[in-house]
Amino acid sequence: MFRNQYDTDVTTWSPAGRLFQVEYAMEAVKQGSAAVGLRSSSHAVLAAVNKAASELASHQRKVFRADDHVGVAIAGLTADGRVLSRFLRNECINHSFVYESPLPVGRLVVQLADKAQVCTQRSWKRPYGVGLLVAGLDESGAHLYYNCPSGNYFEYQAFAIGSRSQAAKTFLERRYEAYDGYTREELIKDALFAIKETLQGEKLTSQLCTVAIVGVGEAFHVIDQKTIQEYIDAMEVSSEGGAEEETAAAPPSGEAQEGGDGPAEPAPMDI
Amino acid sequence: MQNVEISIPTLNGWLLGYPVTYLFSNEKLKKATGVVSMQSLHIYKIYVTRYPYVTGTSVIAMKYKDGVIMASDTAGSYGSTLRYKSVERIKTVGDHTIIGASGEISDFQEIMRYLDELILYDKMWDDGNSLGPKEVHNYLNRIMYNRRNKFNPLYNSLVLGGVKNGQKYLGTVNMIGTHYEDDHLATGFGNHLARPILRSEWREDLTFEEAVKLIEKCLLVLLYRDRSSINKFQIAKITAEGTTIHPPYSLRTYWGFSHFQNPSKGAAGTW
Repeated sequence: MFRNQYDTDVTTWSPAGRLFQVEYAMEAVKQGSAAVGLRSSSHAVLAAVNKAASELASHQRKVFRADDHVGVAIAGLTADGRVLSRFLRNECINHSFVYESPLPVGRLVVQLADKAQVCTQRSWKRPYGVGLLVAGLDESGAHLYYNCPSGNYFEYQAFAIGSRSQAAKTFLERRYEAYDGYTREELIKDALFAIKETLQGEKLTSQLCTVAIVGVGEAFHVIDQKTIQEYIDAMEVSSEGGAEEETAAAPPSGEAQEGGDGPAEPAPMDI
Repeated sequence: MQNVEISIPTLNGWLLGYPVTYLFSNEKLKKATGVVSMQSLHIYKIYVTRYPYVTGTSVIAMKYKDGVIMASDTAGSYGSTLRYKSVERIKTVGDHTIIGASGEISDFQEIMRYLDELILYDKMWDDGNSLGPKEVHNYLNRIMYNRRNKFNPLYNSLVLGGVKNGQKYLGTVNMIGTHYEDDHLATGFGNHLARPILRSEWREDLTFEEAVKLIEKCLLVLLYRDRSSINKFQIAKITAEGTTIHPPYSLRTYWGFSHFQNPSKGAAGTW
């Protein structure tokens, strides 16, 4: 009757040591439209694909400001993402009220992860079905974290989540080593390139994406569409000119591994 | 019972000890006291510090070339009795801050419990972030102002100094939550006797030796003119290298001036 004996409850272990409900929540992140993030030592950039549910509808917001020094991009259930961004905003504003200084990004991320973890250990709750890329700046520089429904969190130089994010990850993996020294313009350019990878041939326009930045001397803000379109136009000109290596190499990668549920795989909790 | 005279203190009246008196008729009485307390007439049973018992006198502090220097004597007065003579009123708070207190000694001990707990929980993160003098100052501002709003102030004037990220910091907060920063500060009598000297002689580039000389000049004036001060002083400094609170020592005094010979002579109206 049941496809899986061990997945009716978040708190039920499978004999292989897996929590299926938690893994399903992580699957929800992969269904959402893609979001990418990358950082240099002084700036962090978030970008997301704007996808409308129907031709007649507007798209959902994917990027949220938590405070002047942090923001998030989400993939998965937007409703859950909104609730969590409200939580982040609350944590930030409470900290600035008490200490008159910004909350360190690493601590914000731990509080968020602890909140997600609780949902994996209570039978009457459900895990959040959203992944968050948290980008921010604090005393120790720019940071990028990924927060997973499982309650795990990881710090990254660059990362991508959401549908077809493997293509973006492959692109970022080839280039992340130089990111520490990147200027903000270079970061934005690579963010757009990574987003383009997830579109699989669909044309990248400024309507189709949201890009936000935070960095030294620059509060978290979404970059306006006109500026983004200028970046996109410049990219297209240069790739026609032949500096083309990334577009040529990347698209056919990743997709095959994605979603392939090999039966003997270890628990994918750390993704 | 006819009309009853009942005192309902205003905020400042309560703090300063002169309740403003209103006249209410009997049937309105319950409602009127309800403005101040949920329980009619029980308001006078709330235990608050209306006046301090064991107090410390002035603290003076200033920025100098390498950091912040702070000084106070070690007296704990019981009213006008010099009851305790070795009370250390300057303490360290975490790695970047020193605090000096005048006013009720037991309230200062309570404040140190709050701060030690704050620092402990901050250290427990173990993530490389730490609270600086600005954060500690703001935290105390919130505590002091909150307590005065509960009509239960902590009877202190506090001075906070510190250095973090190459930035010198010096601020103060008092029992009613008034707070500000300055290059040099003093509490209590020091505001009247030490700060005029500091205003005319303080420089940003004072060396430590010059700063000690200036501080000692102020301490000596206070010793001569403030009856609650004693000749046993502590000097503390905080720089980027760390904190030093020096053991107590005495200053050389000279009481042979003719004005000190018969102090009440010519002071009409005293005995």
